Amino acid sequence: MPKPASATAPPDAEPVSSPRRDRADGPAQADELHIIGRRNLKYEHLAKATGGTKYTADLKLPRLCFGRLLRSPYPHARVLHVDTRKAEAMPGVFAVISGADLPERYGIMPSSQDETAFAIDKVRYVGEAVAAVAAVDELTAEQACNAIEVLYEPLPAIMSIDEALDPEKPRIHEDQGGEGNIHKEVHLEFESPEVGFAEADHVREDEFFFEGNTHAPMENHAVIAQYELHGKLTVWSSTQTPHYVHRELSKALSMPTAQIRIIAPPSGGAFGGKSEMFSHEVAAAALARKAGRPVLIELSREEVFYCHRGRHPVRMRIKTGVRKDGSITAMHFQSWLDGGAYGSYGVATTYYTGALNTMPYKVPRYAFDGVRVFTNKPPCGPKRGHGTVQPRFAIECQLDKIAEDLGLDPVGMRMRNAVDPMSGTVNGLRITSCAVRDTLRAASQRTDFQARFRKLPFGTGIGLASSVYMSGAGLPIYWNPMPHSGAMVKIDRGGGVAIYCGTTDIGQDSDSMLAYIVSEVLGVDPIDVRVCSGDTDLTPVDLGSYSSRVTFMAGNAARQAAEKLRDLLLDVASERLETPRERLRLGGRRIYNRDDTDRAIDFIEAVQAAEARFGTLAAAGSYTPPKLGGKYKGSGVGPSPAYSFTTAVAEVSVDLETFELHVDKVTIAHDCGRAINPMIVEGQIEGSAYMGYGEAVMEEQVFRKGLHKKPSLLEYKIPTILETPALESIIVEGPDAEGPFGAKEAGEGPLSPVIPAIANAVYDAVGVRFDATPITSDRIMRALDRAKREGRIAEPAALAG
Amino acid sequence: MLRLTPFTYVTPASVAEAVQLRKQYGDEAAYMGGGTDLLPNIKHRLAEPKFVIGLRSLREMQSIVREESGGLRLGGSVRLSQLEHSPLVRNEYPALADAAAVISSPQVRRVGTLGGNICLDVRCNYYNQSEHWRRAVGFCMKKDSEICRVAPGSDRCWAVSSADTVPVLLAHGAQVAVFGPAGERLLPLEELYRDDGLVPMALQPDEVVAAVRLPPPNGLRVVYSKLRIRMSFDFPLVGAATGLALDVDGMVRQSRIFLTAVASLPMRVRAAEELLIGRPLTDELIRAAGDQVFRSTHPMDNTEGSIPHRKRMARVYVERALRDFARANPDA
Amino acid sequence: MKSLFTLRINGEDRTLAFEHSKTLLEVLREDLDLTGTKHGCELGECGACTVLVDGEPVVSCLFLAVEAVGHDVTTIEGLQHGSVLHPVQVAFAEWGGSQCGYCTPGMILSAVALLEQNPHPSRDDIKEALAGNLCRCTGYTKIIEAVEAAAGSMTDGRRLHAQAG
Repeated sequence: MPKPASATAPPDAEPVSSPRRDRADGPAQADELHIIGRRNLKYEHLAKATGGTKYTADLKLPRLCFGRLLRSPYPHARVLHVDTRKAEAMPGVFAVISGADLPERYGIMPSSQDETAFAIDKVRYVGEAVAAVAAVDELTAEQACNAIEVLYEPLPAIMSIDEALDPEKPRIHEDQGGEGNIHKEVHLEFESPEVGFAEADHVREDEFFFEGNTHAPMENHAVIAQYELHGKLTVWSSTQTPHYVHRELSKALSMPTAQIRIIAPPSGGAFGGKSEMFSHEVAAAALARKAGRPVLIELSREEVFYCHRGRHPVRMRIKTGVRKDGSITAMHFQSWLDGGAYGSYGVATTYYTGALNTMPYKVPRYAFDGVRVFTNKPPCGPKRGHGTVQPRFAIECQLDKIAEDLGLDPVGMRMRNAVDPMSGTVNGLRITSCAVRDTLRAASQRTDFQARFRKLPFGTGIGLASSVYMSGAGLPIYWNPMPHSGAMVKIDRGGGVAIYCGTTDIGQDSDSMLAYIVSEVLGVDPIDVRVCSGDTDLTPVDLGSYSSRVTFMAGNAARQAAEKLRDLLLDVASERLETPRERLRLGGRRIYNRDDTDRAIDFIEAVQAAEARFGTLAAAGSYTPPKLGGKYKGSGVGPSPAYSFTTAVAEVSVDLETFELHVDKVTIAHDCGRAINPMIVEGQIEGSAYMGYGEAVMEEQVFRKGLHKKPSLLEYKIPTILETPALESIIVEGPDAEGPFGAKEAGEGPLSPVIPAIANAVYDAVGVRFDATPITSDRIMRALDRAKREGRIAEPAALAG
Repeated sequence: MLRLTPFTYVTPASVAEAVQLRKQYGDEAAYMGGGTDLLPNIKHRLAEPKFVIGLRSLREMQSIVREESGGLRLGGSVRLSQLEHSPLVRNEYPALADAAAVISSPQVRRVGTLGGNICLDVRCNYYNQSEHWRRAVGFCMKKDSEICRVAPGSDRCWAVSSADTVPVLLAHGAQVAVFGPAGERLLPLEELYRDDGLVPMALQPDEVVAAVRLPPPNGLRVVYSKLRIRMSFDFPLVGAATGLALDVDGMVRQSRIFLTAVASLPMRVRAAEELLIGRPLTDELIRAAGDQVFRSTHPMDNTEGSIPHRKRMARVYVERALRDFARANPDA
Repeated sequence: MKSLFTLRINGEDRTLAFEHSKTLLEVLREDLDLTGTKHGCELGECGACTVLVDGEPVVSCLFLAVEAVGHDVTTIEGLQHGSVLHPVQVAFAEWGGSQCGYCTPGMILSAVALLEQNPHPSRDDIKEALAGNLCRCTGYTKIIEAVEAAAGSMTDGRRLHAQAG
């Protein structure tokens, strides 16, 4: 393993800007909210229950034909020759394309321009796209793919972190990254951790491994592309980042973005797995251009496993120093990430395995070394909790060990170390609102944690962990000074309100969020609102549904746009009602005097008067995060305008004969600032906890003989309703001064603590540590056998013999 | 999206006609019960029949009837959900209802048939994959290659018998009515299976499993336990049917132990059965029987789960069942 | 071989030609434009394509369309009568039973079939009935609550009306 060369951050690396407090003081005070905070129906709430929601593959166009990709059967091979002539000559085949047709390199990170639509010189994983066909139907397309002749020269495959670190092994990318197959190395140091270790009463070093896993959204990726002869291309795609697809597709096709329109229909789940451009999107566009007719590509489930961009497998080593009272004096965190064959978001992921480790506990001295390697597997990328889930597992498990070493209560120890509101971290992160202590209190009290911890019968256990996550990244993926989110609001003279925003509804109900916020500001009912989202022609840019940024950023943008129109309405209402603006309130489709609520005008009347006075009622709003972060290389990853905090408690039982692990209940307390709709926030918390449960006990993206071992929903285990634990969500509110109506994120953060909470509960149950995921029955059996042999656990009757 | 290859679907009016059609179309034809095994295999290009002979609507194969012997005759096209919910089956052969109830998912059980489960193709995680995946691994002995990917030096196929109902039927000593060109023949179900992943069934290609005949339990109680990672969808990683009849004095009169998902055929553990016969169910005897099960079980690494855990669970399931029997008969 | 068949879908007879090798899923989505039926694996491993055949949930990806001839097929589009929705549909909407919504049609059809058979299901009954429908968003909690609410509202005999869309 490469030895990190320490780089010390400059002494002035802590410009923690003060939070802005000017937002929550608008006319809508918390006690007067009509929409926010209520369990409103979701936007178009019946569409999904009636089959009315149109996902990408549900759309139909005249003359639509079917595309299919030919994929590599080799994990690593030179592509010597691709001959598509036989395929082209087949009846029913409209177009065939391969690497030579699309030589432009692209990549989601500006520093990782290492992909092409189809392999050109080499294939780097089984499943990488090599060519594509458009044909009259899918069977014909399949036959045509089989008729494409590709000559490969197989190369040795690099399938593990250790192989990838070996400089003697062949390189996967000759022109990317450093020595061997190292893609990215990061070394950061803040305030000399060695001093902290010297001050510590107790120093622990542990190694952990977090297995890779994948998003497995229920909807497989799908795309439809239509090319018009006047030169315009329209692409409907199941993506969570239409803006990035817009940029990347322009590059891959060598076509101006102005001529490309990306529409993101509602997505059947994404979780990070649809947050950059994929080969099939370029293929559909290029095939449509060549065939002169629209092309649909629906991936099979197996192909979705090849798209991947999921959770990196990460090996981690942590050294933590603590005083007798449990307070942390220093931490040194090292991570080695198995990145797969391409960069994807991996540079950011690498930083993320280190960036948020200075929260939610005070770490006064900190060092981080991260290494990401290339391997011959589908590329890893961002999955719910991007890059922070793996280190959180490691840190929370280690804290549980430290608490035990010191004889401390794990809740009390976390309370002692918890970061404070309006503070900062050693690596330059600004903390504003923070209710981590409230989440600790809520989750532990609800479960009677302290009374039960270490006191349950052998085989049953309870465990706890806390975590932190961002409400959107403070910096965009490609550097630019423009807003991260924009929204337009238009009011029709009949009182209807339309919102145009580049957000993508992937099931997190961002359309609902926009409707609630604008309805609240304008005092209308959400049913009066239409949301047009995710369309690069019609909607202002929003960077995408990732890093839990949408409520905070698009919510603020929409609020700003709506407030501009509200001000115009207040102008006319103030005149009509002869009431100062400060006394006016909007709600129930009226504008009224708060001290004399009968003194009011109807919303429509105000709208018409305002339109007559000011012209068409339309306004744009946008959101740009404040300047955040330290002044060191790599300081761009980690800053966020606000952080959410979570505590999870898991209750488990282990069958001591079959070694089956049952997670009976997970209780999650989450600080989301303010719940814009508690029902939707609970849904996000429960969904996150469910996904964390799956990662903890059964999900693993593993390989054998160079191949994905389980590319199906039968073999890749996602939990069914039967084994999923009871989930109880507790919303902890502590409004954030900069969030829209005080809101912070809820869609990702609650995942992280569930996994270590389960691991800690298993230890509480059987006295054996699990420092690697997933915690399977086989591993529990082996660990208990070993512990028994070594006399480390008492021998309960059920384990005898 | 995965597509089926084109075929012509034919619906015979009787089992005899089905057999005649199969003869007429030859090896280009395949029988289909519920289709929940055949259709995925076609989508994976493991089979590409040009003719599919549908058996699901054959009335003569759809019924559960009482036989003169007191046993039951279960038609080959009886759906798995029928087995699960039939009061007759539930009361008299509860382990069969239990086994049916843990197959795949409720939707699949409503379509999948008993005959289909009996004829379930052996499974292997090098085999039940798409054509692309199998090409990448170099194909395997069972389809399109000469090499077994689980045991590359082996001259046989190690695909795994994975049916849940079969070990229970075997523990009950079921017979099977097989209909072929010469009419119906009756044979012990056990004789239907061969320890060979390539040709796992001693069934002529044109023969149909028309029915299963269960003898009356006569005091034989069977327990079925299944190891799987999830409580739904999953095939067994190991399944154990433990059948036992006790004398009035608590001595084991009859014992039948069958394991699924650990070999290419449903595996009978005779050594354990013999050990139990004529003895009382003491803790010691139960351990000894468990040891025999453990020693006799040799799963390969071609299903989910691990070999050591699957092997251990075979023992645990049999021992648990025996302990339950012992508890139910405190005199023993 | 393509032949002409009449299928009874959502109470309507639809006569159309399709290949024998077409699954019910393909015919519903591609020939009849009933795209409310989803596909997530095409191998019977997820339940997104669940429809009712003679009132019973089956996975339409492993069900030949030709075998549906002579049977009543109900898709998610067939649950509503005019603008009146089935109580399970309303409950899913009201209780947050859908997030991305992709599993929802299959999930609702499984729940509807359950409540037809068992108007007072226990929580375990609900879980057993929905064990063949994977959901990746909700953690199932709000789905279970929605089915319980629907059972309650159906028992109360309350007629739930809702405007579609």
